[in-house]
Amino acid sequence: MTRKQRRMTIIGGSLAVLALAAALVLNALRDSIVFFSTPTMVAEKHVQAGKRFRLGGLVQPGSLQRGDNLAVSFEVADGNAKLPVAYKGILPDLFREGQGVVAEGALDANGVFKADTVLAKHDETYMPKDVADALKKQGHWKDDYGGKASDGAKPAATTAQGNPQGAVR
Amino acid sequence: MIAESGHYALVLALGLALIQSIVPLIGARLRDDALMNVARSTALAQLLFVGASFVALVMLHVNSDFSVANVYENSHSMKPLLYKITGVWGNHEGSMLLWVSILALFGGLVAAFGNNLPLSLRAHVLAVQAWIASAFYLFILVTSNPFLRIASPPIEGRDLNPVLQDIGLAVHPPMLYLGYVGFSISFSFAIAALMEGRIDAAWARWVRPWTLVAWIFLTLGIAMGSYWAYYELGWGGWWFWDPVENASLMPWLAGTALLHSALVMEKRNALKVWTILLSILTFSLSLLGTFLVRSGVITSVHAFATDPTRGVFILLILCLFIGGSLSLFAGRATSLKQGGLFAPISREGALVLNNLLLTVACAVVLFGTLYPLAMEMLADFKMSVGAPFYNLTFAPLFTLLLLAVPFGPMLAWKRGDLLGVTQRLLAAGVAGLVVVAIVWAWTRGGSALAPLAIGLGVFVIAGAVTDLVERTGLVRLPFATVLHRTRGLPRSAWGSALAHAGLGVALIGIVCETTWNSEYIATMKQSDVAHVAGYDVKLDGLFQRQGPNYREMIAEFNVSRDGEALSVMTPSKRSFTTRGSSTTEAALLTRGASQLYISLGDANAEGAIAVRIYHKPLVLLIWWGPVLMAFGGVLSLSDRRLRVGAPKPARAKQRLQPAE
Repeated sequence: MTRKQRRMTIIGGSLAVLALAAALVLNALRDSIVFFSTPTMVAEKHVQAGKRFRLGGLVQPGSLQRGDNLAVSFEVADGNAKLPVAYKGILPDLFREGQGVVAEGALDANGVFKADTVLAKHDETYMPKDVADALKKQGHWKDDYGGKASDGAKPAATTAQGNPQGAVR
Repeated sequence: MIAESGHYALVLALGLALIQSIVPLIGARLRDDALMNVARSTALAQLLFVGASFVALVMLHVNSDFSVANVYENSHSMKPLLYKITGVWGNHEGSMLLWVSILALFGGLVAAFGNNLPLSLRAHVLAVQAWIASAFYLFILVTSNPFLRIASPPIEGRDLNPVLQDIGLAVHPPMLYLGYVGFSISFSFAIAALMEGRIDAAWARWVRPWTLVAWIFLTLGIAMGSYWAYYELGWGGWWFWDPVENASLMPWLAGTALLHSALVMEKRNALKVWTILLSILTFSLSLLGTFLVRSGVITSVHAFATDPTRGVFILLILCLFIGGSLSLFAGRATSLKQGGLFAPISREGALVLNNLLLTVACAVVLFGTLYPLAMEMLADFKMSVGAPFYNLTFAPLFTLLLLAVPFGPMLAWKRGDLLGVTQRLLAAGVAGLVVVAIVWAWTRGGSALAPLAIGLGVFVIAGAVTDLVERTGLVRLPFATVLHRTRGLPRSAWGSALAHAGLGVALIGIVCETTWNSEYIATMKQSDVAHVAGYDVKLDGLFQRQGPNYREMIAEFNVSRDGEALSVMTPSKRSFTTRGSSTTEAALLTRGASQLYISLGDANAEGAIAVRIYHKPLVLLIWWGPVLMAFGGVLSLSDRRLRVGAPKPARAKQRLQPAE
């Protein structure tokens, strides 16, 4: 086998693997990514029932109700709109009324957001980034929510810290 | 005084690094040995001064000197001593100081033990190290100085984030940085080779041990971080495909590829250009990881835009080094001589395939990490790319890789015999299939993928064993010969077999944990019993306890199986008053490689508490695998032929002569 043939074999192989990877990525992008919405965006866009997305906002004070068997319901608000959320399981350590939250799930037929995951990654100086950005954009940001964002969360030093699901699921 | 001394030492280190960046290069140009040797002394002095600076910061934290902003923000006088020390790198400024300290450590090691390097190569390598060091010293001094004082010192500090108050912080970041930053050595060697326009098999022999050291630490660092997340965060997850984790996984994938391509270069003098490129890419990915994590771009693209000094500074460093090194590569790579020929079916060919799959898998992770950031910046909508994406992309690529792993070491160099190797791997293949059948029958009706994946894991392990059996001639040859060959087998052969087997072990753990994980979530009252995976878990009661800087509520569980008491488990929930936040301390009961995992939720008014209990079958294999890989790496490293600073054969011969 000549040098040229050898090189063609390697290039051909590389292209094949690259094409495979590209096909896999494009296929995965079709249905495995999850979009982020706020209650206002949900109200405006009429998200259809059953489509998964991430809902972010503040937990409406006074809306938290605990039922039997760890069933929980609360409302997520962003100042303009509210959306009822139902969840079953243990809420994160940092879940509090009036604080930021991100929930992942889908709307049911009655317009209730059925969450299978609730993430609340923040302490007194840190808000989930999606929520903070959305609130800022809609003009509901109060300076006392934020503080120095880089301060409480040190993702670098730790894998643990860095991931939102990790903090609490 | 300590703070000022630390600051001053850091400035001096910058000065030394600047000298080290320029003088040795002038020396190399003028062929002046004295000027080139400046690199050696400055590298060692740099290590001394950064070390002093780091020790100064540690002392400030240990003494709880709250007049220093960094200590005030991250420490508390009541914090246990261990966390006072580890808290040094549990924050941005301190962790950057650790980063440069480790960089200086590697530079110092090359200076101290690189005596057998050609003088000009060592001068070039140390100069490139000094460029990187200068950039990061400047970054620390300009944007993230850990030694800044507060005008009116507070009495008490704000404490360290409770999640970080754990032994994991003592081990994970230093390990990870030893890995990340260790790849700077292969980067510097690559740049030095390009600048000198000369590269040969000896180059690969010098680079390989350094790459291997970095790889071992990165492997252990990632595994340790994953285990830490698993027990500390309280819901039993061990990998989240989070950008921060991806930032450490990408250099690992590229570094693994580099380890293998350097092998081809050393043994066969082929793949030179590719090895150089991989060295550059691996360290570039380490820098990218540092940027992603340190610029705050992950926390929020907008936070990055509003407070851009740090982010822009690191971005500049990133562009300078990646852009500069790649342009140098583009300009000089063609001047490197082409190496030996090989047929596509050969050990070289297998290693090329390994490199191809690893780099493509790495590219997929890079895409998944950057795509959401790019979309947010360009199209202004948010999304998350999580586990489902990687399951559809990364998993198939890695499956292909794992299928190929057993074949690689058994193919001959230059021209291999695929059919022969397949025949020799028949036993391993059969072992894999038998396991598939057994698992299939045992878990009737379950997922079809799980038994197949476990079979693949067994195939990889059996393949590694087959390789050793073939090399030692076990079964075919008389016992005495086998013993002799076993003794003669280089340690690197044992190392690669162990590392490959580690992959299989980790895969089996991952599959078992994700497929047969059982979960019990409920509120429990005193003397309630939960039944999970054959275990009876009884809640005995709740207690309060005061810790050094927190209060904790402990729940005591009695665990029994078939009426036989096994153990008492005490998960707890700690609340830290200073930060007003709480953490969940999970309790773990290890049985073989499986674990029972209990973590607590909120207690309600009637004295009942929300509890989650997991049974995680064979979960420990997930981390034993990487430990096995790292151990394989250590064995390879201890191989005489590879030992750091092993003498060149010619010189060894000379030394032997007088003895005769």
